[in-house]
Amino acid sequence: MDRSSPSRFRRTAPFVAVAAAAALTLAGCASAHGGKKAEEAAQNASAGKANTPRMTVALVTHQAPGDTFWDTVRKGAEAAAAKDNIKLVYSSDPNAGNQANLVQNAIDQKVDGIAVTLAKPDAMKSVIGKAQQAGIPVVGLNSGLSDWKQLGLLSFFGQDESVAGEAFGDKLNTTGAKKIVCVIQEQGNVGLTQRCDGVRKTFKGTTETLYVNGTDMPSVRSTITAKLKQDNSIDTVVTLGAPFALTAAQSVGDAGSKAKVATFDLNKDLVKAVQNGSVEFAVDQQPYLQGYLAVDALWLYKNNGNYSGGGVQPVLTGPAFVDKSNVDKVAEFAAKGTR
Amino acid sequence: MSMAQHAEPAVGTTPPASGPKDTDGRTARRPLALRLLARPEVGVFLGAAAVLVFFLVVAPSVRQGSSMATVLYQSSTIGIMALPVALLMIGGEFDLSSGVAVISSALTASMLSYQLTLNVWTGVIVALAVSLAIGFFNGWMVVKTGLPSFLITLGTFLILQGVNLAVTKLVTGNVATDDISDMDGFNQARKVFASSFDVGGVQVKITVVWWLVFAALATWVLLRTRYGNWIFAVGGNKESARAVGVPVTFTKISLFMLVGFGAWFVGMHNLFSFNTVQSGEGIGNELIYIAAAVIGGCLLTGGAGSAIGPVFGAFMFGMVNQGIVYAGWNPDWFKAFLGVMLLGAVLINLWVQRTATRR
Repeated sequence: MDRSSPSRFRRTAPFVAVAAAAALTLAGCASAHGGKKAEEAAQNASAGKANTPRMTVALVTHQAPGDTFWDTVRKGAEAAAAKDNIKLVYSSDPNAGNQANLVQNAIDQKVDGIAVTLAKPDAMKSVIGKAQQAGIPVVGLNSGLSDWKQLGLLSFFGQDESVAGEAFGDKLNTTGAKKIVCVIQEQGNVGLTQRCDGVRKTFKGTTETLYVNGTDMPSVRSTITAKLKQDNSIDTVVTLGAPFALTAAQSVGDAGSKAKVATFDLNKDLVKAVQNGSVEFAVDQQPYLQGYLAVDALWLYKNNGNYSGGGVQPVLTGPAFVDKSNVDKVAEFAAKGTR
Repeated sequence: MSMAQHAEPAVGTTPPASGPKDTDGRTARRPLALRLLARPEVGVFLGAAAVLVFFLVVAPSVRQGSSMATVLYQSSTIGIMALPVALLMIGGEFDLSSGVAVISSALTASMLSYQLTLNVWTGVIVALAVSLAIGFFNGWMVVKTGLPSFLITLGTFLILQGVNLAVTKLVTGNVATDDISDMDGFNQARKVFASSFDVGGVQVKITVVWWLVFAALATWVLLRTRYGNWIFAVGGNKESARAVGVPVTFTKISLFMLVGFGAWFVGMHNLFSFNTVQSGEGIGNELIYIAAAVIGGCLLTGGAGSAIGPVFGAFMFGMVNQGIVYAGWNPDWFKAFLGVMLLGAVLINLWVQRTATRR
C-alpha cells in the first residue's frame, strides 16, 4: 500500500502553510492603512455605578446568531447592567418554543426581572404568566407592541414597525421617489413584512416586494441586480437591515441603474455609506436604547417602584432618521458599535 | 472523451484510457445518441437548457447580455463550491459544514488582517491554511472513526457556527468584522477574487472565469489522472479499492481538503466583494451545494458522477433563482416556484437517464 508519501504530505502541509503565513507576518507585511491601529482612537464612555444591592436580570430575545442589530441591543443592556450593579443573563433563540423555554429557564434561576421580546406573542403567553405568578416583573422590548399590555407586562420599549414603515413612506414622498422595491431578507418574518406594509400604506408611488436569501450575500447582490434590470423604472431600493443596504448599493452599480438606496436600521459601515452618499437615509429604532431602557426599567421598578410609560403607553425608541444632515453626530457612536 | 466517467469498478493505477474496446458480447453496441444520453451530465444539460429556454420566453429581460452575467455570477458562487462537493460525493462522502466554512475562512482573513494591521494577503494565506485544516480535520475524523461523514460534518458545522460567532464577538466586540477596504493589498486581492471585466459592453464577474477554470481542471483530474481514478474507486467500493492498492485514506482526506479550498475561495470572494463579513451567514448554503451536485448527476451513494454535471446543476439553480425575479412573478411564491422548477428539471434529468439506459 502506497501510504508513506501522501501521509507525509498531509502531516507537513498545514505546518508549511502556517509557517509561510508567520514568515510573511514577520517579514513586515504590515498594512500602512486602516486596521486596528486606526480604530484605537475611539474609546468607551463609562457612567458611574449604582450602590444598590446586586440583582439578576434575564434578557431573552428571538435573535438569530450573528446579527449586528441584536448585538447592539445586547450592548445597551450590558451598559445598563454595569451601571445598575445588575448581573445580566442573556439568551436567545429565533424559534418561539425554544425562546419560551429560555424564559422558563430564567424563572427556574429565580432572577429578579425578565426582559423579553414578543416576536410570537401567543407562544410566550403561558410562560410569561408563570413568571408573573412567581413574582418576577417582566418588561417587553423590540417586538410585541400590540400585545405587551394584554400579557400584563410592566412596560414596553421599542418601535412600532408599522409606524416606522409609515414614517419611512412619508420620507420617501419627500425624495420624489415613484417606484420602490422593498427587499425582505427572511421570508415569513412578521416584523419585516409589517415594515414593508407600512411603507406601502403612506408611500404615494408603487411598491413592490422582493425576497432574498439573507444568509448568502452574493445571492442577495445578484437577486437585487436582477430585479433592477427586470424593472428599470424602480428608482429606490428599500432594505430592512443595514448589511443589505450596503449590498443593494453594489447591485445598483452592477445593474447600471440610477436607483437610490434607503434602509431600516444602522451599523457603522452604513453610517459611512450615508456620509459618502451611497445610501440616502436610514431609519433608526435605536436598538441600544431598547436594551438599555428595558434593563434600567427593571432596576427602577425594584428600587423605586417606577413604571416607564406609566404602565399604559409604550416607550417608543424610533423611528429616528439618520441622513446627511445628522449623520456626523451619529458616526462617532456607531464606530464603537453602539448605534 | 472516453466513457470512463462511469468507471464503477475502474480500479487501477493507470488513467482510464479509451484504449482497446472489450467486446465480449455482454455489451451490445448501442446507437451513438443513446450512448450520449446515458452520460450523467447530459440529463442535467437538457434540464438546464429547458430552464434557460423557458425563461428566455417568459422573461424578456433575461435576453439581455447583462442579465445573463448576473445569472452566471450567482451560478458561479454556488458552482465553485459545488465542484469540490461533487468530487467528495463521487468519493462517497459529503460535507455539511461547507456553507459555514466559507464564512469561517472570510472571518479569519478579515480579522487577522484588521486586528494585527497586516497586509490583507497575510490574512488570505492564513485563511487558506485554516480552511485546509478544517477539511483535513473532517477527513481525518471520518477515516479514523469510520463514522458516517453526515455525523462528523454535522458536528463540524455546529462547531464552526459557534466559533464564527463567538470568536468574532471576542475579537472585534461586534458580530460583524470591520471594514478592511482601505488596507494594503485589498485592491490587489479584490482583482483576484472579486473584480469584473468587460465583454462586449457587459460586465462579467471574475468568479465566472474561475468557476469554468476549476471545472475544466476538475474534469481533467477526474478523467485523465490516477487520482481521478482513485476518487471513483473509493466511492464505489472502499474495501476492494484498498485491496488493489488505492490509498483510500489519502484520497478521502484530500477530497475534504479540496472542499476546504473551495470554501476559502468563495470566502475570499465574499470578503473582497463586501468588505465586511457577518458571522451568522452561510447557514443553509451547504444544502444548495449538495443539491447542485446531485442535480448534476452525482449519486448520493458515491462512485458515480462528473465534474461538468455540477456546473449545469449550479447554472440551473442560478437561472431559476434569478429567472423568477426577471419574470416578475408574485414574490410570495418565490420559494415554491424555485422548488417546483428544480424538481421539474431533476425529473427531466431522471427521465433522460432512464430512457437512455433502458435495454
